[in-house]
Amino acid sequence: MTEITGKKELMLGNKAVARGLYEAGVCFISSYPGTPSTEITEEAALYDEIYCEWAPNEKVAMEAAFGASLAGRRAFCGQKHVGLNVAADPMYTMSYTGVNAGLVIGVADDAGMHSSQNEQDSRHHAIAAKLPMLEPSDSQEALEFTKEAFEISERFDTPVLIKMCTRVAHSQSLVTPGERHVPVKEYEKNIAKYVMMPGNAIKRHPIVEQRTKDLTAYAETSGLNRVEMGGTKIGIITASTSYQYVKEVFGDTVSVLKLGIANPLPEKLIRDFASKVEELYVVEELDPIIENHVRSLGLSVKGKEMLPICGEFSQNMIADAFGLEQKQVRRADAQIPPRPPVMCSGCPHRGMFYTLKQNKCTVLGDIGCYTLGAVAPLGAIETTLCMGASVSSLHGFNKILGEKSSSRTVAVIGDSTFMHSGMTGLANIAYNQSDSTVIILDNSITGMTGHQQNPTTGYNIKGDPAGKIDLEALCRAMGFSRVRVVDPYDLKACDEAVKEELAAKEPSVIISRRPCALLKYVKHKPALKADTDKCVGCKSCMRIGCPSISMRDGRAHIDPTQCVGCGVCAQLCHFDALRAPEVQK
Amino acid sequence: MKTKNIMIVGVGGQGSLLASKLLGHLLMEQGYDVKVSEVHGMSQRGGSVVTYVRYGDRVYSPVIDAGEADFIVSFEALEAARWLPYLKKDGIIVTNTQQIDPMPVITGAMEYPENIIQKMKDTGAKVDALDCLALAEQAGSVKAVNTVLLGRLSHYFDIPEEAWMRSLETMVKEKFIELNKKAFLLGKNA
Repeated sequence: MTEITGKKELMLGNKAVARGLYEAGVCFISSYPGTPSTEITEEAALYDEIYCEWAPNEKVAMEAAFGASLAGRRAFCGQKHVGLNVAADPMYTMSYTGVNAGLVIGVADDAGMHSSQNEQDSRHHAIAAKLPMLEPSDSQEALEFTKEAFEISERFDTPVLIKMCTRVAHSQSLVTPGERHVPVKEYEKNIAKYVMMPGNAIKRHPIVEQRTKDLTAYAETSGLNRVEMGGTKIGIITASTSYQYVKEVFGDTVSVLKLGIANPLPEKLIRDFASKVEELYVVEELDPIIENHVRSLGLSVKGKEMLPICGEFSQNMIADAFGLEQKQVRRADAQIPPRPPVMCSGCPHRGMFYTLKQNKCTVLGDIGCYTLGAVAPLGAIETTLCMGASVSSLHGFNKILGEKSSSRTVAVIGDSTFMHSGMTGLANIAYNQSDSTVIILDNSITGMTGHQQNPTTGYNIKGDPAGKIDLEALCRAMGFSRVRVVDPYDLKACDEAVKEELAAKEPSVIISRRPCALLKYVKHKPALKADTDKCVGCKSCMRIGCPSISMRDGRAHIDPTQCVGCGVCAQLCHFDALRAPEVQK
Repeated sequence: MKTKNIMIVGVGGQGSLLASKLLGHLLMEQGYDVKVSEVHGMSQRGGSVVTYVRYGDRVYSPVIDAGEADFIVSFEALEAARWLPYLKKDGIIVTNTQQIDPMPVITGAMEYPENIIQKMKDTGAKVDALDCLALAEQAGSVKAVNTVLLGRLSHYFDIPEEAWMRSLETMVKEKFIELNKKAFLLGKNA
């Protein structure tokens, strides 16, 4: 990818991180997709100079990046906040080993939970793992902080976290790109540094503690933390996107201490700032981490008594908290129906969820587009916890409830999520033998995050042919003798498979296989048409919750711009009213 | 210049991304500081989607808050009504008249509100509603709804038509440029 350096361009925050990785001379990136972090790795993969890959999960990605750093090249791994939990195991001990070439870990939080199952604050991980964490507030900073993170990593011999949030990751602002420079190191055997058995790790821990002291001293004077004085009455300590809201509300009329280093936090810098203002405030999203630190210094400060821990901030929220005038709003005199996300027209998950609902199954769900199987009218999924939890928790559920559960309870998990951490749960079912039925919803892509390849698709991040894991062979190798594949567009076949596998007195796997309807290579059939003479308005077709089907004047209507001709609705019609155009007489 | 705010709202999959890209490019070329903010991921799947475009001398917040939007550009009538509280006192709504039923309407749990455009006007809001789908078809493709809307929006700006066309040429694949220019002008002159 060629770009003119030095010319300003409008750049997504995540793309700016990717540009920073390029300019910092990164040679290796291994990540697992997760909103709002995905575009960092997708954008980086457009640079031919960087080796990029999607790993099966974040733990593998982080260990791969560690290996690349050890080998002497700058490396990166990226994930969303909950992905960092998966990668926490290697990360906490990488804090002890340190790095060879620079190693940076990208993590994107999702305050407001636009696309996540919880709202955890990743700064806790940085504190607990004793790792430095940088926090940019716009795209230019995302680029600069990413480059600086590698300098810190090599200077202080530590992995460095760079923390994004939805509003910084998914906002575009002006960026001036620079040049790429590639520092190179040699690998040297160093058992005392890299083999973390107790005798060695005991000696590394004090090094980590000293490093935190050194990093704190660095944070006192680093340009990543900056003071913007604007009078002596109000002083606000803030960071990340909260800084932008504060500036939006107050401009230059208050003093601001903007912290670009989320961990470790400075002491002297904060004391000096506090001494220059009459009233001290902290404005930070999610948990009161800066606030608690300021209090621990014995300073008087206001924070979470004014602003919430839950959800994301906005300029109006901050104006309101400081007692400023609120803007006028108006509302139309009408009940506005909500428009929640829905499974797309032609989604291959729909047929299987309909089948599970018809069979009155208890469905333990997982993380992906198919989590939407929980919403009306399907309402099929009863639990969603984290990646892989459907399979593992089904085992525990069946062990306790026995046959009355195993004859009606299933786990559903996507192909990418299965490779991520469903496999280990399946190994537990195979090993400890619960009579469980696992359904792999194989849509041949990582769907929800926007179509990333995975180990079952046969293609790599660049779209080139790659290794392809055979799901049927994998399940059989684990010891499952009952493994069958069904087409979720065929409701009769789905019904037979579900009934038979639930009745079987042994563990089983159903692979519900059809590619995501949004994939470019998937050929769509012509839209179906509702024959209003035949339709009696029974609404049987509406039970699958397809966004293409609505009722007009008491008869079914199919939106020709949305319908992809999957034909699942036609299988529910008792009056042959929903038909493909070419067979209609 | 004080920061100006444009919201682009619609239903996931309707093509609001091109509209925000084009506006971002156009306003940057005009020498403004610009921020464009969108949400990716789950809400894309047929849900209500919103994109914020802000420009001025110095833009801080990437998002637009209630009561702040100078313009709301809507791909669908109900979505315009949903985001109406975000309109500034003297702001303008430019909306497609197309109706797309959300799931609670499809399942029969709720009804699509009647005369929704009139109800928005009743609040005193300035609403410029046009059948973008018909105009897009006239231009040659139903997918050009976004360009029709942008053409209509351009009507309210002092930026010369050539600048809009230049941005259009930068953002659209070559074989679709003529179609989009036609759609833009149909919207502008509607």
